[in-house]
Amino acid sequence: MTRPAVPTGTDPVPATEQDGAGEVVDQDAGGVIGQRVDQGVVESVGEGGDPAVQDRRPGARAAASARIRATLGDHLRVVLLAVGLLVLIVVSFGLGRYTLGPVSVVRVLAHELFGLGGDVPGQNRAVVMDIRMPRILAALLVGAALASSGAAYQTMFRNPLVSPEILGVAAGAGFGASVSILIGLDTTLLQIIAFGSGLLAAVLSLTISRVVGKGSLIILVLGGIIIGAMFNALISSVQYFANPETTLPEITFWLFGSLARASMHGLIVPAIIVAVCLVILYAVRWQLTVLATGDDEARSLGVNRTRIWALTIGASTLMTATAVSVAGIIGWVGLVVPHLARFAVGPSFNRLLPVTALIGAGYLLAVDDVARTASSLDLPLGILTALIGAPFFVALLAKAGRQWL
Amino acid sequence: MAVTTETPDVEVSGLSFGYGRHGHRITDVSLSVRATEVCCLLGPNGAGKTTLLRCLLGLLKPESGTVRITGRDIGTLAPRELARSVAYVPQSTSSPFPFTALDIAVMGRTPHLGLLEAPGAADRRSALAQLDRLGIARLADRSFAALSGGERQLVLLARALVQQAAILILDEPTAALDYGNEVRTLHVVAELAREGHAVIMTTHQPSHALTYSNRAVLMRDGVVIADGHPDDVVTGESLSDLYGVPVHVTGVTLPPGYDRREMRTCVPIPAPWSDPQPEPRARPRTIPRPE
Repeated sequence: MTRPAVPTGTDPVPATEQDGAGEVVDQDAGGVIGQRVDQGVVESVGEGGDPAVQDRRPGARAAASARIRATLGDHLRVVLLAVGLLVLIVVSFGLGRYTLGPVSVVRVLAHELFGLGGDVPGQNRAVVMDIRMPRILAALLVGAALASSGAAYQTMFRNPLVSPEILGVAAGAGFGASVSILIGLDTTLLQIIAFGSGLLAAVLSLTISRVVGKGSLIILVLGGIIIGAMFNALISSVQYFANPETTLPEITFWLFGSLARASMHGLIVPAIIVAVCLVILYAVRWQLTVLATGDDEARSLGVNRTRIWALTIGASTLMTATAVSVAGIIGWVGLVVPHLARFAVGPSFNRLLPVTALIGAGYLLAVDDVARTASSLDLPLGILTALIGAPFFVALLAKAGRQWL
Repeated sequence: MAVTTETPDVEVSGLSFGYGRHGHRITDVSLSVRATEVCCLLGPNGAGKTTLLRCLLGLLKPESGTVRITGRDIGTLAPRELARSVAYVPQSTSSPFPFTALDIAVMGRTPHLGLLEAPGAADRRSALAQLDRLGIARLADRSFAALSGGERQLVLLARALVQQAAILILDEPTAALDYGNEVRTLHVVAELAREGHAVIMTTHQPSHALTYSNRAVLMRDGVVIADGHPDDVVTGESLSDLYGVPVHVTGVTLPPGYDRREMRTCVPIPAPWSDPQPEPRARPRTIPRPE
């Protein structure tokens, strides 16, 4: 018996039936599942029939069409998240010592950004555009950057417990910032030096994995831990030599993480870097997903592992270094948010990336709202994200821990 | 969708590869496998079976010799081109992430997508069609990691079918399966070969070669020592020699009512360690299944 060499993707779900079959799923889902496989295989093998005629059971077909349609649900989820984020942004503009209603906020934004509507009170304009705008944009940018790079690293390392600091970037950037404060550089220079030393840390980790481990992922993780520990020791030594009256508190506060320093002109370059990196991650979204199942399999599916690793590490590291140089060290966002997103849309990075970026942006914005409104002091952001993130992570572990072990 | 028109085949000639001084190496292996053949690679651990497979998959670059896939040298094929011709079914796959069975199956579309593309509804539909064909469409939304070994193996086979590669390479596909799933998986493999795939698989069960394949290749110490129809090369003598334990290959006659009446199978010959007449045995008990 000879047949065409390759079975084509015969569609068991005729297009016309896709919609009507939906109701059958539920009845059938709980049915006698155990026997099904056996029947299915025996059918397809024993009789060797045409694949297209097999498995005409309504349950299988209905489940099939439901799954195809579910991707529509994914798009809907992204849209809903985006809408929710917009609402959160408007509310955030209103929060603060000078409280504004959503209507006033929308009127200011419409007038200032799109030239719509009549004049707005000068004070409202100043509060929204000058005081809160930079900080809110910084929260969105840093949140999206940390969460996306966390999701990318987790997928690439095939390890759900990896965070964006994995290559020692945060510690490296923290060291650069500490030194800059110690010698009294201005904010722009500090950002550039923090960014550069963050990248330096990642390059050192990569060099260790290259030289010692011949590119092994585990050695790369260990290299990151080593470099991170080294830079943390350097940070401590800078703090030891800092002036306890002036520079030490400043260094300490920087390391806690804060968005209070954000300024519009200081966000332009970081925004461009993060945007480019997100585009790169979006470009590799599917190849990276396939890599998450294993090296040999990905290569046998035609994925160029070296190229995808290089692009992913490059983009994630640049984004992390950018986020840290803007906001200081803010932990937990890049670890926890990807898990939230995975709960919503599953682990495929193509669906994970947009959802992670949106949730990350919203999460950091919400936490920063708390940081600046909860007390008359500006609370350090990194402390808040850890206080919220740690118990939240325990809850996640309780729910999903079995899958990871 | 593209259907390969030329007859798929694998031509290996003079292939050598070594993993350094102490690793497994293969030496001067020549082999050709055509469409509709199920070729079983047999041999003890460390014989070089997996090394050979990895060379065929382009995962290892041979020191010398060539591998031709449907007439083209594997070294000249881009990884994506190779993936459209050769599909790999590993023993198992593990990811810490809760991919669904459909997620895994749809990955078979990867070599057919653009480099910057992600699979869409049409790709998911063709993945579902292959899951359906193997009778496991109802598993589409289940977490791959939570499936039984047999179900997972079928999902990986479905992924290979989605890949539309004419050549299937299976590395001990039944090593982790219970008896029923082992038989089911091999049925599917044999059926795929009948449909025109060329199948190369490694196995530790010589009876797989006798029952499901029409080609057996015996390897030892990285060298092919026999190659031919299983009835000719898988004999008690060759197996005893290959594995270093006494094995007997014998014919079995199936009761009437099956397509096939005559089969061959192999049994190990037990060592003469015990009294041939043991003490009186306890009466066998069968526990009735509760109603």
